[in-house]
Amino acid sequence: MTSLLLAQIALTLFVFFMLLNSAAVMVYVERKVAALLQQRLGPYLVGPKGMLQPLADVIKLMFKEELRPRAADALLFALAPIISASCAFAAFSVVPFGADTTLGGLLPEGLRLQVADVNVAILVVFAIASMSVYGIVLAGWSSNSKYSLLGGLRSSAQMISYELSYGLALAGVLVVGNSLSLTDIVNRQAGAWFGVVPKWFIIYQPVGFVIYLISGIAETNRAPFDFPEAEQELVAGYHTEYSSMSFAMFFLAEYINMVTVSAVATDLFLGGWHGPLLPESLGWIWFLLKVAAILFFYVWMRWTLPRYRYDQLMRFGWKVLLPLGVVNLLVTAAAVLYLGL
Amino acid sequence: MVPLNYYLVLSAVLFAIGTAGVFVRRNLITILLSIEIMLNAVNLTFVAFGRALGAADGQIIVFFVMTVAAAEAAVGLAIVISLFRHRESLNPDRFTALKW
Amino acid sequence: MVFYLFAAVAVIASLLVIAQRNPIYSVLLLIASFGALSGLYVLLDAPFVAVIQIIVYAGAIMVLFLFVVMLLNAPHEDTDYDERAHPLMRPGARRFGAVLAAVLIVELVWALTRHGESGVFAGGSVSSVSAIGRLLFTDYAFPFEVTSVLILVAMVGAVVLARREH
Repeated sequence: MTSLLLAQIALTLFVFFMLLNSAAVMVYVERKVAALLQQRLGPYLVGPKGMLQPLADVIKLMFKEELRPRAADALLFALAPIISASCAFAAFSVVPFGADTTLGGLLPEGLRLQVADVNVAILVVFAIASMSVYGIVLAGWSSNSKYSLLGGLRSSAQMISYELSYGLALAGVLVVGNSLSLTDIVNRQAGAWFGVVPKWFIIYQPVGFVIYLISGIAETNRAPFDFPEAEQELVAGYHTEYSSMSFAMFFLAEYINMVTVSAVATDLFLGGWHGPLLPESLGWIWFLLKVAAILFFYVWMRWTLPRYRYDQLMRFGWKVLLPLGVVNLLVTAAAVLYLGL
Repeated sequence: MVPLNYYLVLSAVLFAIGTAGVFVRRNLITILLSIEIMLNAVNLTFVAFGRALGAADGQIIVFFVMTVAAAEAAVGLAIVISLFRHRESLNPDRFTALKW
Repeated sequence: MVFYLFAAVAVIASLLVIAQRNPIYSVLLLIASFGALSGLYVLLDAPFVAVIQIIVYAGAIMVLFLFVVMLLNAPHEDTDYDERAHPLMRPGARRFGAVLAAVLIVELVWALTRHGESGVFAGGSVSSVSAIGRLLFTDYAFPFEVTSVLILVAMVGAVVLARREH
């Protein structure tokens, strides 16, 4: 029993460490991919091919002076980045990323590669996503500056609007998958038809996948939905007045939210850790590949598409995505009922 | 397992705190927040009894109470906004137009 | 043990909600109280209600309150007496209200505990979401449909009430 407990604690620390690393890797990937898409070089000085650039960025951010505007509400100003970063990490805690493993026989029974195994995991992800709105709205309010307030209010209004279609896409998967637990849904996607076409839910729910991904991009305030933090319009939106480590926490929260959205999309629609050729215990490699593919898609979208204007963004969320989500749910429910999927 | 009485006492204390808030505070928004505290205390009672009786009905009633609370908060806040626009104050003592 | 922790957080946060001057702090403390209540629901074998509490109350209703507080930008109540006095120490109806609440607590606690520790959790837990869903769509189908109409009415009402008159 104690070896399992130790393994569980080690897994928690490992996941935390890996999320931090993933944020650093995303910083590099974003800048390198942006550069390649724009036909320039990107970071290439620090380390081989510029791979130590995130390290240089972190060191720079740590040594910057921490500023706070005099008129800012001190408690809320300090609390906002903490809320953002905590919710970002907490959301990943219920996402499974591999099959049960005994670490090569070291453990008496299988350790689920999931920090917290709850049987309402989908709803927990959704709940923590809805809590991360507070980090942004408090950052905007407590900075006591026009750009921050506008950016904060717009950003939080955008997030709560796209939460609806996010939830409807999740509901579509719930109808097909018959369970709220992420591990159950992934296990339902094992195997393949005719040995070739994998039984992933993206085949059952193609529209749902598109809705989920678009809502996820809007939830994480990434382009083309990043009007609230657009440099050209709002200086930097809700994190204008933040510097040094507080800014780094918002940065971190955004990248980890991206990773969480990609990981949940992989679990729900792309079959999680199931894939051909590799044994179950190495399934996490497939998981990493799929998450990396979706993250690359994220970065690609940012540097290819122009930004939505705020009213276009809200119109799209309420008048296009929400009815589409409702219709998707209806059609899915009808299909499950009459075709017995 | 903590006995049922503890949950009921906690719920009673929360309800009383909410009631005190409605009486004592002179800010419309804080009054609405106190009403939310009272509704939550009642939710806790329902779930506790549902667990004690082994029925899922407690949780379903909580589902409806939450929905009603959401609707009431929305309409209540809309009223507060329109009152504020009229009188520039959130103090209920200022709205005395219907007093005899 | 965990119960006492969550209960203490819930009670203290609620007390601070009604004692705070700044409504934004009140809203944030109420969110903390809701979080503690959500933990209590998990202890009561109701994970679905716990998560719904976070999604609906802490994640949606409180955001609405926060938006309204920020929109109205009224940092404190303007009253005709000394507002540096604590709300529970003010004269007149306020003190009466506080005393009344204290009486209510004493009465309720007395009534609930006079039968000793008789509340044993005998029943089994019904925590599966599918059981709740089944009940919701069979026995409680009519309230469910009525709730959807209620939400529609509330939406339309909120939009109409908060609209600027031209």
